[in-house]
This record gives sequence, C-alpha cells and structure tokens, in this order.
Amino acid sequence: MRAGLPYAVAAGLVAISFGVVAEPVMGTVAPIVMSATVFAGSAQFAALAVLAGGGGVAAALVAGILLNARYGPMGIALAPSLSGGRARRATTGQAMVDQSWAMASRGSGRFDPAFMVGATLPAYPMWVAGTVTGVLAGDLIGDPGRYGLDAVFPAFFLALLVAELRNRRARPSAAAGAAVALVLLPVAPVGVAIIAASAGALLGLRRKTA
Amino acid sequence: MTAVWLTIAALALATAAIRAAGPVLLGGRELHPRLMAVVALLAPTLLAALVVTQTLGTEDGLDVDARLAGVGAAGVTIAARGSALLAVLAAAAVTALVRALS
Repeated sequence: MRAGLPYAVAAGLVAISFGVVAEPVMGTVAPIVMSATVFAGSAQFAALAVLAGGGGVAAALVAGILLNARYGPMGIALAPSLSGGRARRATTGQAMVDQSWAMASRGSGRFDPAFMVGATLPAYPMWVAGTVTGVLAGDLIGDPGRYGLDAVFPAFFLALLVAELRNRRARPSAAAGAAVALVLLPVAPVGVAIIAASAGALLGLRRKTA
Repeated sequence: MTAVWLTIAALALATAAIRAAGPVLLGGRELHPRLMAVVALLAPTLLAALVVTQTLGTEDGLDVDARLAGVGAAGVTIAARGSALLAVLAAAAVTALVRALS
C-alpha cells in the first residue's frame, strides 16, 4: 500500500480537476457517482468532454470505452498471475488502474496481484474524495489548468516508464509505442492511439539476440 | 440530465466488464513463452503511449502547450534521482508557471 501513496496523491489532484470541470456539465452528485463507479480518469474526462460538447450518450460511451479498452490487453497480461475462481479473478481485475498495474509488473510477464490491489486501495478513496472536493470547491479553485494539474498524470506515467526502461529489452517497444501514439494523435481519438500503440509490444516476438 | 446518468451507468458497467474480461476468460492458463514475451513489454509500451497522449493530446488532436515543459521538468527530476512524487509536483509547478508567464 505504501508504494501506492505517491499515486494516491497524484490521483487526488487529478480528481479535483475532474470535479471542477464536471460540475457545470453534470451537476453535483453525478461526477461523484461517476468517480466511485467508473474509477478511470482518462475515460471519465473523455466522456465528460463529449457530453459538454453536446455529443449524445452513444458518443460519450464510445469515447470512454475506447480509452478503457486498454484494460483488455492489460487484463490478458495479468491473467496468468492470478489465482482463485472466476469471481475472485474478476474482482481482482477491478483493481486494474494503469499505475498499480505497471508497478505490479515483475518482469518476464509476471505480475504481483496482491501488490496491485494494495497500490490501488489508497487511490480509490483519494479519487472519490478529490472529486467531491473539486465539485464543492470549484468556484474557489477556478481553472485547474492554472495549477498545472493536467501535467500530473503524464509526469507520473513518465516516472513509471523510466523504471521500466531499466530493462533494455523494453526500450524498442516503448519507443515504438510512443511513436505510434504521436503519429495517430492528430488523426484518431486518443483511445485508438493508445490501443494501436500497444502493438509496440509485439516486438517481444523477436527471437532473443544473444 | 438523463443522458448524464445513462452515460455513467453504461460506462461503469462496460469498464467493469473490460477489467474482468482478461482475468476471467483466460482463466489460470499459462501463456505460450513467446506470448509472455509480448505481455512483458505491454507495460512499458502502454506507459510510453500514455505519456505521449497525456502530454500532447487534446479533445481534438495534438497541441504543444505548457504541459510539455512540466513533463520535461518531471524528466529532469527523475534523472536527478528525485522521487515520483517530487517529479509530479515539479511538473504541476512548472506547467502552472509557464501558463502564468504566457
């Protein structure tokens, strides 16, 4: 759980900005319910952006689902490391958030599920409490961008990425993933760019060179 | 308002289903070693893509703005062996500073 604390702080900050920007569009209660039930930052921001722009339910859903589709491959990666019956495995899957999942990676495709759950546990109350704070104190806070809160998640992902890159074999895949995301970003929805970028992991099919 | 609640309910169910899919459908089966090699690279690859999309992505494409300076500051902090939390705070501070000055 201690390992999850920096992320819990980051999540709290991002959740505050979600609450601030969601309140004018969704009202007071809905953003809090959304954070408590969806618990996925990027998808929540994406669905909110579509609703705020006057897009319908279907468009908002597609935006959110496209972003969360990455939990598909992430869950496949996690699966061999899980034990127990279907219900237990499905429950553990709910604790999948990007940073806990990445931090629970133990190399060679192995994961530590207990570590992942422990890293997610402090983040969940912070995520919900941050949203409550943002919704209630929105007028006081003003534009979250003024505090640079939108740079919090990419900075945290960068810290996790650098730790992963100590493994030399990860570097070509990471470079490919970044390149694909960069090329697709101007022409495709963010979720599509992320999913397509995960193809960079296919470089793992290359035979080990000595 | 109905649209908001409908979106929340459907997105919550879909997200839970996606998160459960891999662990349930795959069972406890072992993956082929070469597939495991791919799986091992998913974390760095997805993280790299997330850094790019969250630093440069907007609702409708790509934009170079103050976030890039902030994430750059995080990079410097990490290179100087600062903690992840320090990197996050540096990113927010520098992004806020650049915005205030521009």
